Amino acid sequence: MNALMDALIITKRQLLQLARVPEVLIFSTIQPVMFVLLFRYVFGGSIATGDPGGYVQLLMPGIFVQTTAFTLAATASGLAEDMTKGLIDRFRSLPISRSALVFGRTLGDGLLNVVVLAVMGIAGFIVGWRPSSGIFKIGLAFIFLLAFGYSLSWVGIFAGLSARDARVVQNLSFLITFPLTFLSNAFAPTTGMPRPLQYVAEWNPVSTMVAACRELFGLQNHFGATANSFPSQHPLTMSLIYMVVILAIFVPLSVRKYSHANKK
Amino acid sequence: MKSIVAEHLVRTYRNGEVKALNDLSLDVEEGTVLSVLGPNGAGKTTVVRVLTTLLTPDSGSATVGGIDVLKHPEKVREIIGLSGQYAAVDETLTGWDNLVMFGRLYHLGKKASVTRADELLERFSLTDSARRPIKTYSGGMRRRLDLAASLIVQPKVLFLDEPTTGLDPRGRQEMWGVIEELVKGGVTLLLTTQYLDEADQLADDIVVVDHGKVIARGTSDALKKQVGGERLEVVVDAAHISVTMEAVAKVSGHAASLDEGLRKVSAPVTTGATALIEVLRLLDAGGIHPLDVALKRPSLDDVFMELTGHVAEDQVVVTDSARAKKKDKKSNEKKSSKKKGAQS
Ligand SMILES: Nc1ncnc2c1ncn2[C@@H]1O[C@H](COP(=O)(O)OP(=O)(O)O)[C@@H](O)[C@H]1O
Ligand SMILES: [Mg+2]
Repeated sequence: MNALMDALIITKRQLLQLARVPEVLIFSTIQPVMFVLLFRYVFGGSIATGDPGGYVQLLMPGIFVQTTAFTLAATASGLAEDMTKGLIDRFRSLPISRSALVFGRTLGDGLLNVVVLAVMGIAGFIVGWRPSSGIFKIGLAFIFLLAFGYSLSWVGIFAGLSARDARVVQNLSFLITFPLTFLSNAFAPTTGMPRPLQYVAEWNPVSTMVAACRELFGLQNHFGATANSFPSQHPLTMSLIYMVVILAIFVPLSVRKYSHANKK
Repeated sequence: MKSIVAEHLVRTYRNGEVKALNDLSLDVEEGTVLSVLGPNGAGKTTVVRVLTTLLTPDSGSATVGGIDVLKHPEKVREIIGLSGQYAAVDETLTGWDNLVMFGRLYHLGKKASVTRADELLERFSLTDSARRPIKTYSGGMRRRLDLAASLIVQPKVLFLDEPTTGLDPRGRQEMWGVIEELVKGGVTLLLTTQYLDEADQLADDIVVVDHGKVIARGTSDALKKQVGGERLEVVVDAAHISVTMEAVAKVSGHAASLDEGLRKVSAPVTTGATALIEVLRLLDAGGIHPLDVALKRPSLDDVFMELTGHVAEDQVVVTDSARAKKKDKKSNEKKSSKKKGAQS
C-alpha cells in the first residue's frame, strides 16, 4: 500500500514538472498532431484504399499506435536523466520501496499518453476520422493503446537504466522504435514490401496493434499478402500476448536492475 | 556509543584497477562530527555512498546507528539524512515542491509535509524563493535546499559530502553557520571535505584519506602535533640576537635557529604557553624587549602535505587557486599568512 502511495507521489512529481514547464506537454502533443496532418494531406492522396472514408480511417489507428510506441523513448530518456543527476541517490536513500520510482514513472508516462491520445483523437476527428464501431469498442481500443504504451514504458525503463547518458538513450530508443513503426502496416499496406520484410511486418507488434485497433474502430482487417498467419488472423489476441510477454520480461528485469544499479 | 562504524571497506572499479576504497576503517562517536578530509579522488564519496546504502562494498562491513548497512539497508535509510556532492533536487520544480514531495516520500502525510517544508524554508532563509524553480537558484541556495531535504525527518546520523565545494565565500560562511547550528542540535555528522580549514572549523575528529586509505586520524590539534608540534618564535633587535638564541635554546632544549633577514629566533617546544612565559622571563631578566613573540602551530595545510606527499600538495594548490578565482580574497590572505607563519 505504501509502495503504491510512493509511486503515486513520483507520478505526481512528473505532472508537477509538466505544470511547471508546460512546453513539454505542448510539444509532445503537437508532434503526433503534425503527423496526422502530414500523412492525411501529404501522403493520403497517393495511397489508394478500397475503404469508404478513405485513407484517414486507416491512418488514425496507425498514428495512435506509433505515438504510444514512442512512450518507450520518453520513459527511457526521462529516467536516464534522473539517473545521471544526483537526484536518484536521494530517492534511493529514502525509506521507500525501490520500485516506487520506476513504477511511478511508468504511471506518469501512461497519464501523459491519455492526454496525447485525446488530443490526437480530436485532431483526427477534425480531419475526417469517423470510427464506425460502437462507443464500447472505441473505448476498448483506447484502453488497448494505453496498455500497449504502458508495456513499452517498461522497456524504456530498462533502456533508461542501462545507459549512462540521457541523449544516448533517447537516440537509441528512437533507433529501435522508428523502424518498428514503419516496418508495419501502420501507414501503408505491407503488400508493397519485399517478401521477407512482409513476414517481419506481419509479426511486428506494431502491426498487430494497428490491425487490432482498426478492427475495434470498425474497419476490415487490412493486413498483408501473407494474411493467413496467426497474428494476421488474431491481431487482438496476439497483441495481448505481446504485452503480457513484454511486461513479464521487463518488469522484473527493470526492478532488479534498478535495485542493483548500485553494484555498478 | 558509536554511531558510525566502517570496518575494512574495500571497493574497486574497473576490475580491481581502481581501488576507490582500500581497506578503509573509521568510526564516529554519537553526537560528534567526523570530517573525512582528502583530495579529489581519495574515496570520500565512495565511503559516503557505502554508508548511506547506495553502494555495496566488495568486502568489509559497516553499521550506522548500530544497524548493519549491508543486512538492513532499509532500516538504515530511516535514520539517516544525506546531502550529496551534487545537489540532489528536482531542478524543474520549485523549492517548496521539492520539500513537500520529499516529505510525502518520508510518509509525513500531506499537512505535515507542507508544515515541515515551510519550516525548513524559513530556517534556511529560502522562504522568498520558495516558489521559484530550483533552476533559478544560486549554488549556495541549492546546497541549502538540498540540506533542508535531508533534514525533513530529523535524522539521527547525517552525511554531508563536500557541502561547500563550488560555493562562493559567502555561501560557504552561510553553510558553515547552518552546519554549526545542526551540530548544536546533537546530530551525529560525517562530513567530507577537501578544505583543511573547513575540517578545522567544523569537526571534532578528522580522518585524512588518500587513495582509499585512512592515513591519519585524530583531532585537528593532535594531527598538527603529529606533524611537528609547536615552535617558539621571537623577533628581536639585531643587537640582542645571540642572547635571545641562548634563552630560546634553554627553554626549548634544542638548538635555536635564526632567520637573519627577519631577525627571528625559533625552536621547537613541547610545553606550549609555559615556554612562552619562560622565555619572556629570561629575556626580561636580561633587559631585552622582544619586538614579537609567538607560539606557532603547524596549520592543517602542513599536516596534509606532510601526510599525503606531493599529490596532495598539488590538490592543496588547486583548491587554493580555485578559491582565489572565486575572489575569496580574505580567506586567501589568511591562508597565505598562515603558510608564511608555518614556513618560517
Ligand atoms: N563508477 C565509477 N567507475 C570507475 N571509477 C570510479 C567510479 N566511482 C569512483 N571511481 C574512482 O574511485 C576513486 C574514488 O572516487 P570518489 O570516492 O568519488 O573520490 P572523492 O569523492 O574523494 O573525490 C576515484 O579514483 C574515482 O575515479
Ligand atoms: Mg566526491
